Amino acid sequence: MNTFLTHVKTGIFSRLSDLGEMAFLWVDTVKYGFRKPFEIQALLDQMEEIGIRSLSIVVISTFFVGMVLAIQVAYSEANFAGRVMVGIGVGVAMTKEFGPLLTALLAGGRVSAGITSVLGTMQVTEQVDAIKLLGATPAKKLVFPRIAAALLCFPLLTAAADFMGIAGGLVVSLADIKMSFTTYMSQVERSVTLSDFFGGLFKSVFFAFFASLIGCHYGLRVEGGAEGVGKATTRSVVATSVSVMIADFFLTKLLVIF
Amino acid sequence: MTGGVRIPKQAKRNPPFAFFDEVYKSFDSKEVLRGMTLLIRKGEVLVILGGSGNGKTVILKHMVGLVAPDRGSVFINGRDISRLDDNRLLPVRRKVGFLFQNGALFDSMSVFDNVAFPLKEHTAMTGDEIRVKVHEKLKLVGLEGIEWMMPAALSGGMRKRVALARAIILEPEALLYDEPTTGLDPITTKWVTKLMRNVHESLKITSVIVTHNIQSAMAVADRIAFLYRGRIKFVGTPKEISACDDPIVQEFLRS
Repeated sequence: MNTFLTHVKTGIFSRLSDLGEMAFLWVDTVKYGFRKPFEIQALLDQMEEIGIRSLSIVVISTFFVGMVLAIQVAYSEANFAGRVMVGIGVGVAMTKEFGPLLTALLAGGRVSAGITSVLGTMQVTEQVDAIKLLGATPAKKLVFPRIAAALLCFPLLTAAADFMGIAGGLVVSLADIKMSFTTYMSQVERSVTLSDFFGGLFKSVFFAFFASLIGCHYGLRVEGGAEGVGKATTRSVVATSVSVMIADFFLTKLLVIF
Repeated sequence: MTGGVRIPKQAKRNPPFAFFDEVYKSFDSKEVLRGMTLLIRKGEVLVILGGSGNGKTVILKHMVGLVAPDRGSVFINGRDISRLDDNRLLPVRRKVGFLFQNGALFDSMSVFDNVAFPLKEHTAMTGDEIRVKVHEKLKLVGLEGIEWMMPAALSGGMRKRVALARAIILEPEALLYDEPTTGLDPITTKWVTKLMRNVHESLKITSVIVTHNIQSAMAVADRIAFLYRGRIKFVGTPKEISACDDPIVQEFLRS
C-alpha cells in the first residue's frame, strides 16, 4: 500500500513538474519567438510537416467516421425518426465535436510524436546544445516554428475534417438510406450554425497548442539515447491524448456558457 | 606537479583562459567532479586525459555554461560564468568554439548551411561574404566542394571536419574539442591530430582537447592534465607526464 501511495505521489509530482517546465518553455518561446529575424522558412517547413502531411490521415478517417455516424443515426432503434435526421446528426456531431476532437487525436498524436522524436534525436546527438553554443535559442529555432505552425494548421485541418465527415454522411445517405442530396444538405444547413463551426475551430487552436507544446517539451528533455527517444515519444502521445480529452470537456462547457 | 593551483594575483590583470576553482558536479547520485582545480593558459594546447566516464566532457561543458557546477566556480577570461543564464553566456560562447564528439551537425541542413549558421546568427554579413568565408574554412579543413552535401552523406571523419569548420568560422579565441579522434581509423586520427595543431597555429587560439587517445595527446599537447576520480591528478608537458612516477598515471599511459 505504501509503495502504491509513493508511486502515486511521485507520479503527481512528476506531472506538476512537467506542467511547470512547459510553462517556462512557453514563456521562452513567446519571449524569443517574436524577435527578428523571423524563422519564416522554418515555419513554412513545419506547416508542410504538420498541416499538409497530416491532411490525408484526417480526411480519410473523418470521411469514414461521417459514414459511420450516418449509419448509426439512421439505424438507431431509439430514434424512430432516425432516417430523417441523418443530416442533422452528422452535421452537428462533426462540427461541434468529432471534427475538432478527431483532428486533435489523429493529427495531434502524429504531430506530438513527430516533434518529440525529432527534437529528442537532436537532444541526444547534441544538436540542441550546438544551437545554444552557436548563439541561437532552441525556443526560437525549434519550438516557436512548430507551435506556430500547429496553431495555424489545426483549424484548417479541423475545417477539412468537418467537411469530409459531412461528405461521408452524404455518401451513406445517398447510397444506403436513399435520402436525396437536397434533403441531406438542407438538414445540415438548418442544424449547423456558424457558431458551431467556429466553436469547433476555437477548440482546435487549444488542441494544437497542447499537442505541439507537449511534443516539444518531451523532446527537449530526452535523456539516454534511442531508448530515451522512444520512451519520450510514447509519453508525449499519451500526454497529448489525455490533455486533449480533458481540455475538450472544459472548452465544450465554456462554449455552452458563452 | 599536481592540478591543485590557486589563481595567481597577476591573473586579475591578465587572466588565464579558464580557471576551475574547486568545482564539484554530480549527476543524480554520481559524483563526477570532486573539487577539481585546473588553470588553462591563453594560447596553449591543453589536453585533458582520463578514462571513459571520468567527466572529461563535463569539464568542457562547464567552460561554455552547458553545465553549471554544484559548488565551486569556473572563470573564463577572469569572469565567473558559473551562474550565468543563457543570455549572459552569449558573449562567452561567441568567443569559444566547441567541437562535439560526433560533430552535432544539424541533420536538416546542408554542409554550407551548417557552417554558415554562426555567421547568420552573429553577423550582418551578406550572402556573398558568407559564401567566401564558408569556402575559406572548408578549405582549411580540407573539404572543398562538398557545400551542398547533407550530413547523413558524410563519413565520420568528414563530419568532424565540417564541425571543426563550423566551430572556427567566427574565429574564436578558444576551441574546445570533445574526443575529436574517437571512432576514426588510425590514418584519419593522425590527419585530425595534425589538423588540430595546424588550426591552433594558424588561428593563434587556446585549444582544450579532451581525449583518451594517448598518442594523439602526446603529438598535439603543450601540456597534459590527467583527470582521475574527479580531480586533476597531474598537469605537465608531454615529457613531464612520460617521466611522472605516479603509478596510476603510468598505468594509464601504458594501457
